[in-house]
Amino acid sequence: MKKLISLLVVMILISVSIIGCAKNEKIVSTDGSTSMEKVIGSLGESFESEHQGVSFTYNPTGSGTGITAVSEGRCDIGLSSRNLKSEEISKGLVETVIAYDGIAVIVNPKNPIENLDLETIAKIFKGEIINWKEIGGYDSEIVLIGREANSGTRDGFESITKTVNECQYRQELTATGDVITTVANNPNAIGYASVASIKDSVKAITVNGVVANEESIKDGTYQIQRPFVLVTKADVKLSQTAQEFYDFCLSEQGKAIIRKAGAVPAD
Amino acid sequence: MNLRAKKVEIVVHGIFLILGLITVCAVILISFYLLIAGIPAIKKIGLIPFLLGKQWSSTEMNPQYGILPFILTSIYGTTGALVIGAPIGFLTAVYLAKVASDPIKKIMNSAVGLLAGIPSVVYGLVGMIVLVPTIRVGFHQSDGANLLAAIIVLSVMVLPSIIKVSINALEAVPKEYEEGSLALGATPMETYFKVSIPCAKSGIAASIVLGVGRAIGEAMAVIMVSGNVPNMPSLFTSVRFLTTAVSSEMSYATAGSLHQQALFSIALVLFFFILFINALLNICLKQKKAR
Repeated sequence: MKKLISLLVVMILISVSIIGCAKNEKIVSTDGSTSMEKVIGSLGESFESEHQGVSFTYNPTGSGTGITAVSEGRCDIGLSSRNLKSEEISKGLVETVIAYDGIAVIVNPKNPIENLDLETIAKIFKGEIINWKEIGGYDSEIVLIGREANSGTRDGFESITKTVNECQYRQELTATGDVITTVANNPNAIGYASVASIKDSVKAITVNGVVANEESIKDGTYQIQRPFVLVTKADVKLSQTAQEFYDFCLSEQGKAIIRKAGAVPAD
Repeated sequence: MNLRAKKVEIVVHGIFLILGLITVCAVILISFYLLIAGIPAIKKIGLIPFLLGKQWSSTEMNPQYGILPFILTSIYGTTGALVIGAPIGFLTAVYLAKVASDPIKKIMNSAVGLLAGIPSVVYGLVGMIVLVPTIRVGFHQSDGANLLAAIIVLSVMVLPSIIKVSINALEAVPKEYEEGSLALGATPMETYFKVSIPCAKSGIAASIVLGVGRAIGEAMAVIMVSGNVPNMPSLFTSVRFLTTAVSSEMSYATAGSLHQQALFSIALVLFFFILFINALLNICLKQKKAR
């Protein structure tokens, strides 16, 4: 009986202390691109763990909404996975590219195809080319492997190849690893995955003759890529905490975190 | 009993009551939450277009929220899994309960127990790496991730619940019935099929209903082998189940949007399926008691 009572007391004490902890003074709020979830999430997590009492928030709403949110002052930093348009810059917004997201097009290692141009890739995914022999491969049906609707990688791939909502997927998988495994197991398959996660079990084809790697993504010659951008206002000074987070994203440590999250850090 | 002992008794009683109520509260909370979260989207979309709509495209400019493909896939998938799994499971149970010698029984029982304990993601992974390529080659398809693959994975997954509950039902058949049958000159097999099984009928039915529940609620394993594209189901197309429709898009849906509400509505439909199955299970078990 005594044991039971002391157990209850301990449990109450623990729960009280947990409730007591949930109190933060300084906040960095970010809002925008869903594709940046992994990068900005890991950055925010390490930033929080290094700065006591700082809380980091991320509202995954989409690039457009994030840019609007920062221009209306509803968040400290807006997140965008495209460059700002000229009218957005003229409204007094400033962009800082922190990373590039490269998406590799992958096929089975047995597939003889080595290179495709962007248009052909778009035609394949739209279902206009349905057999590998049409583009110089074996006589077999092309099997399109994609990600689920709303995935950041899918959004990136489809917007760069201009195939948004037009892709005729055979499979919509929910993880990068699943896409790679499926392509590795099916000689007819073609899929896409972020460049950082490619393994030897699949073959990344060159796009317009350019190999996807850190250099070609950075200098822009590899075409299936897009920037991850922090959006701020030119005339409004960031709060001290937000400025610290901004600097943290561009620091060497931040770059290491970005690389670990699967993107290519900008210089 | 002295006063102190009585007090302790009351306190312990109270603690047990609270612990028991946690389960009840969880059920009530989830049911109410699902109802509240699931109804708005059905209201906005309309019950008929929602349940009978053939197109699900949540990310287009004019999103379509029709879940008929998911409902049919779940029904076909579950039915298919039972068509394969139920006879195997049921006959295995007969063998283990009546025919098998003790050492075989021990080994097979622990194998069944192990099968029940394998996490569903492992079923999915093995299905993805072994089953899907086999179907692709074996049936000359361009890709093997389809309804058939999901049915096969599910049929293995329902085996443990069918076998275990059927064994219990068969073993509960009074010995005298079987002995009587044998004494009248029936062979052992005649006895099992004409006496034991009819006696254990309701328990076996319950085991199959339990299998239905397991199959219809499974998400992780089927998402990895079914292709996950919202097509109208047929054996060799890639399909999406009710469960996987919720799980594959929930993490992306913006909070409060019609999209997220529609996903909750799918969960609500699934919940009604499960309620229906549970009601069926209760009827089976009641019949058993009435005997």
